[in-house]
Amino acid sequence: MRIWGERGTLQDQEQRLAYLFLLVPVTIVFLVIIFPTVWNLWLSFHKLSLRDLRTSAPLSLNFTTYSYLKVFGDLDFTSSLIATLTYSIGGTLITLLLGLGTALLLSPKFRGRGAMRGLFLIPYIAPVVAVTFTWRLLLDPRGPIMTALVNVGWLKQPLHLLGQRPLAMTTLILFQGWRYFPLAFLFIMARLQAIPRTLYEAADVDGATPFQKFFYVTLPQLKLILATLGLLRFMWTFNRFDDVYLLTSGAAGTKVLPVLVVDYLIGQFDVGAGAAAAMVLFGCLTVLLIIYFRLIMRRAEQMEV
Amino acid sequence: MRLWIEWSIIWTLRVVGGLVLIVAVAFPFYWMIIASLTPLARLLADPTDIGIHLGEMIFTTYPEIWNVFHFSRFFLNSTYVSIVTVALTLVFSTLGAYAVARLRFRGRTVLSRGILLVYMFPAIAVAIPIYVIFSKLGLRNNLNGLVLFYLAQTFPVALYMLHSYFKTVPPDLEEAGRIDGCSRFSVIWRITVPLSLPAMISVALYTFMIAWNEFLFAFLFLDSPSSYTLPRGIQAVANNVNVSQQLLMTGAVIATLPVVAVFFLFERYFIRGLTAGAVKG
Repeated sequence: MRIWGERGTLQDQEQRLAYLFLLVPVTIVFLVIIFPTVWNLWLSFHKLSLRDLRTSAPLSLNFTTYSYLKVFGDLDFTSSLIATLTYSIGGTLITLLLGLGTALLLSPKFRGRGAMRGLFLIPYIAPVVAVTFTWRLLLDPRGPIMTALVNVGWLKQPLHLLGQRPLAMTTLILFQGWRYFPLAFLFIMARLQAIPRTLYEAADVDGATPFQKFFYVTLPQLKLILATLGLLRFMWTFNRFDDVYLLTSGAAGTKVLPVLVVDYLIGQFDVGAGAAAAMVLFGCLTVLLIIYFRLIMRRAEQMEV
Repeated sequence: MRLWIEWSIIWTLRVVGGLVLIVAVAFPFYWMIIASLTPLARLLADPTDIGIHLGEMIFTTYPEIWNVFHFSRFFLNSTYVSIVTVALTLVFSTLGAYAVARLRFRGRTVLSRGILLVYMFPAIAVAIPIYVIFSKLGLRNNLNGLVLFYLAQTFPVALYMLHSYFKTVPPDLEEAGRIDGCSRFSVIWRITVPLSLPAMISVALYTFMIAWNEFLFAFLFLDSPSSYTLPRGIQAVANNVNVSQQLLMTGAVIATLPVVAVFFLFERYFIRGLTAGAVKG
C-alpha cells in the first residue's frame, strides 16, 4: 500500500496493514494489562508504602520477601481465603440454580414472557453502586424489611443482616444470586431452546413423566453449559470486589481476597503487601484458567456447543 | 396419577417461583424510586409504608443532589467517559477485528487465542501496579486515564465479538468493492461496517454498560470531586453522614435510569452483547 512507501509482496502488504490495524488495541492491552501483571510480581517482592511511590523505590533492586511473609502471617489472610471460597462456591451455586429455575420458568411461551425476561435482566444491567446501596438501606435493622418482620411478629429483634456473622456472608451470597442469575439464565435459556424437539417426542412415546423428561433429557443436555457457567462464575466471583466492598466493606467475616488487596493499599498504605495478595489471587486464577481451557474449551470444541 | 402430581408440582413451582422472582427483582427498584420521592420524616417514622402517596411526594431531592451535591458534574463526567470509551472501542476494535478475520499475518492464531485469555483477566489483579503507574504518571484524577483503562477492558470482548461476526459476513462483497477500486478503509467503512451493524450496536451497548457502571477503578483513581463519575460520586455521598437515605436513593435513580433506558430501547442487541461478552463481570 502506498501509505507505507516501502513495497513488498502482496502478502507483506497485507501483514503490515494487519499490524497497523491492531496497533492501538494491542498496545493498550499490553500497557494496561500485560505489563502491569508482570510488574505486580516485581512490586510484590518490594517493601513499599504509599509514600515511597513519590521516590524511585518502586524501581529499586532491593528485593525482599517481606510482603509475602506479612500476607501469609496475617490473621486476616486465612479467614480471607475461607471467605473467598465460601463466597465463590455459594454464589456460583445459587446463581446457577436461580438461572436454571428462571430458564425453565420462561421456556414455555406465554403472554408477558418477553416483559418478564426484560425485567429479570435489570439487576445485572443496573450500576452495582445503585443496587448495593438500595439493598443496604432495605436490609438495614431499622429499614423497611426488618421493621415489617418485627411488626408482623416473625422476629423478636431486627437482624443485622450485613453486619453479623454468619448472616453477612449468607446475605452476600444471596445478593450474588440476585444480581447475576440473569446471566446464567440467558445462557441456559439459549441452550434449552437448542435441544432438539425430537428428543422430547421420543420421551413422550416412551411415556416419560415431566420429571423424568427433565432428569433424563433436559439435564444431560445442559450439563456442559452448566459446567462452563459454573467455572466462569466461580472465577468471577473469586475476583469480585465491588459487591462485597459496597455491601459490607469486608466486615463480619466477609473480607474476601480482592477486598484484602484494596485494604492493604488504601487502608494500610502497603503497596507491596497489596501486590503480594494480588499475586495469591492471580495464582489461584491461573489454576482455574488452566482447568477451564483444558476441560471445557476442548470438550466444547468436540461437541461444538 | 403420577403425571397429575408432577404437573401440579411444576405449575405450583412456576406460579410461586415466578411471583417471588418478580417481587424480588422489581421491589428494590420500586423502593429506590419511592424512597427518593418520600419526605425523610415519613421514611423514618414508618419504614414499612411503601405505598405511593401522590399528595405527599416531594421532588426537591433531584434539584438538590443535582446542584448542591454536584451530580450534574458527575453525570457529565460519566457521560464523557462512556461516550469516549464506546467511540474509541468501536473504531479500533473494528479495524483490529477486521485484521484478525480477513487478513493473513504472522501471529494471527496466537492473537486470537490471546484475546480470549486477556479477556479473562480480572481487574483486581492489575489494580495495584496500575495504581502505582498512574500515580507516577499523574494520571489519577484524570478521566482520560480512566478511559485508557476501560479500553483495555473492552477491547478483548469487542475484538472477539466483532471478529466472529465478520467471519459470518461473506467476503465476496468486499472483494467486489476492492476490484471496483475502493481502498481497504473505504471497503471497511462502506461494506463491512454497514453489514455488521447489529454486532456493532451490541458492542457499543456492552461497552457503554461497562464504562457507565464501573466502580473499582473510579474508586481507586478519582480523589477530587470534580473528576468523580456517578458511581464514585454516589459512594462518596453515601459516606457523608449528612446525607439522607432519600438523597442517596435519588443518586441511585439518576445513575440507574440512563443505563436501564438504553437497555429497553435496544433490548435485542443488548442481550446479544451480554451473551457474547458477559461471561465476565
